[in-house]
Amino acid sequence: MTEPYVRIKHLKTYFDVTRGVFSPKQIVKAVDDVSFDIYPGETLGLVGESGCGKSSLGRTIVKINKPTGGQIVIGGEDITKLKGEPLRKFRREVQMIFQDPYASLNPRMTVGEIIREPMDVHHIYATRAERDARAVELLHTVGLKPDHIRRYPHEFSGGQRQRISIARTLALSPKFIICDEPISALDVSIQAQIINLLKHVQRQMGIAYLFIAHDIGMVKHISDRIGVMYLGHLVEIGDSNDLYFHPMHPYTQALLSAIPIPDPVIGKSRQRVILQGELPSPVNPPPGCPFRMRCPCAQERCAAEMPELRDVGGRKVACFKVHADFGF
Amino acid sequence: MEEKMNRANSPLNVDALSPEEIPGELFETLDDSEKNSEFVAMESKTYFQDAWSRFRKNKLALVSLVFIALMILAAIVVPIVSPYTYDGQDLTMRNAGSSWQHPFGTDRFGRDILVRVMYGARISLSVGFAAAILNLIIGVTYGGICGYIGGKVDLVLMRIVDILYSVPTLLYVILIMLVFGSNIFSVLLAISISSWVGMARQVRAQVLSLKEQEFAQAAYVIGASRKHILFKHLVINCMGPIIVNTTLMVPNAIFTEAFLAFVGIGISIPMASWGTMANDARSQLMLYPMQMVWPVAAICLTMLSLHFIGDGLSEALDPRER
Repeated sequence: MTEPYVRIKHLKTYFDVTRGVFSPKQIVKAVDDVSFDIYPGETLGLVGESGCGKSSLGRTIVKINKPTGGQIVIGGEDITKLKGEPLRKFRREVQMIFQDPYASLNPRMTVGEIIREPMDVHHIYATRAERDARAVELLHTVGLKPDHIRRYPHEFSGGQRQRISIARTLALSPKFIICDEPISALDVSIQAQIINLLKHVQRQMGIAYLFIAHDIGMVKHISDRIGVMYLGHLVEIGDSNDLYFHPMHPYTQALLSAIPIPDPVIGKSRQRVILQGELPSPVNPPPGCPFRMRCPCAQERCAAEMPELRDVGGRKVACFKVHADFGF
Repeated sequence: MEEKMNRANSPLNVDALSPEEIPGELFETLDDSEKNSEFVAMESKTYFQDAWSRFRKNKLALVSLVFIALMILAAIVVPIVSPYTYDGQDLTMRNAGSSWQHPFGTDRFGRDILVRVMYGARISLSVGFAAAILNLIIGVTYGGICGYIGGKVDLVLMRIVDILYSVPTLLYVILIMLVFGSNIFSVLLAISISSWVGMARQVRAQVLSLKEQEFAQAAYVIGASRKHILFKHLVINCMGPIIVNTTLMVPNAIFTEAFLAFVGIGISIPMASWGTMANDARSQLMLYPMQMVWPVAAICLTMLSLHFIGDGLSEALDPRER
């Protein structure tokens, strides 16, 4: 078995949202004790509803957010505390694709300048001509035309802009890309194109992805493994087909039953798990399992302690009921 | 066969069919040109080309721009080609009216008013533009650093700005003039110190909102330095308000300089500035009103033109107008 390329160990990202000097301290635990590994060339999908901390997790790994605790190990090197020049070097290995293709490209730069920027910053080629040539090559890779190099982002559609974004991340030939909901701002027909493009470059260059999305169907399509997050915690992680067809955690089950089925006959016959209540506020959350307030099979124990992520038949689940079924 | 034709002609029946049942001849193949409908070509225009094309439509601003250009040209050329100098007195030709010899007449010492107005234009315009450029450099850098670094640095730097803002401008303008003497550099210094504060605040506010945008974060993830992100990504995106602010700074500075000169603490005689000329003409306003009209007209027209240019620019550069 190969070594994992990315190791996230007990990662925590807390935000201080205290307003005013005299009010009580308020902390949002956006990411709370999350651990997982990603192997070279693998795609790990990360799903969860809005506000569950999946984007915060991705942004902490590239250090846009400061980690509060835990470790981020990439390529065998602990990057949690890196700063300055060593951090810049690590940027060549890990890149990120953002959600909003309209906000993630500087409106005052041409497509060529946008794609060349990472190479300029890291002095990858000696001459400007070489960088330009590489930019054209990258445009070709992502399915755009060479003459688009002189155009401005506002002249492109959402899907094309996301392609430009992908070309920019590829400019550094990274080994790991965090895709922060790269398709949720796009049309369904364009979503498939972008997914296929991502898969294509993955096969070509052997890049590992952390694919963040809220559409579990799309995530299953691209991922080798899927992790499910709820309120800052990873509640279930396992092989994507396994998890998709046999969800164990009650939250995963509810999430999967919410996928619309485009066939009314099958759609009517299935049983939906409908969750009661809202996502609790992540500000100073109560102890115990974060899901217990909405869980159809919550027990007394769930309020008292937090279930840990345990290996159950080739996957990891954080739920006392599932643990009991497996004899823990 | 006839029944099948009827079904084909009636759209209601076709809707009721499942996709497999729709007869093949009802399908039309897509034209090749439509397959690439995602790739719509449009004439590529940079931001400034776009802004210029909108600015050109504003006739008032365009005329103002031409006027300022002519004013600058005249300020350079007229004192060179004219046979008179700004301080050359001709006591035989005192308080003369307009003539071929002296188009704007002469003042009470017999000095040619045209040359003096143009000489004044040199001083007024250079004070105006120099103050605007200083304001641009200091204000943008200071505001950009405050907005981008944020936190405690921002807090301390902005309190300094607040303190500067709370001291009446005229107070330290007069103090600076007293300490450094009445010359063009102290006028410039005084005006610059009081004016960059507004620019700094504006840039800070813009940068604060822009730095949360994903393109700035993308640049950070790429590994770009702070300086690179601040100037290449943030400041360039608030260029519109910066340019407008700078343009409007020019008439402000000209006005302040004229005012200081008029109350007698600007540049010293016999140097001519529009303010000192207006002050000179004041004593015999009832007898020779034209001596007052020329410098005041120069101030008014220049200020108006610069304001119109500023308005035209803010309209042309504001993306919401698109």
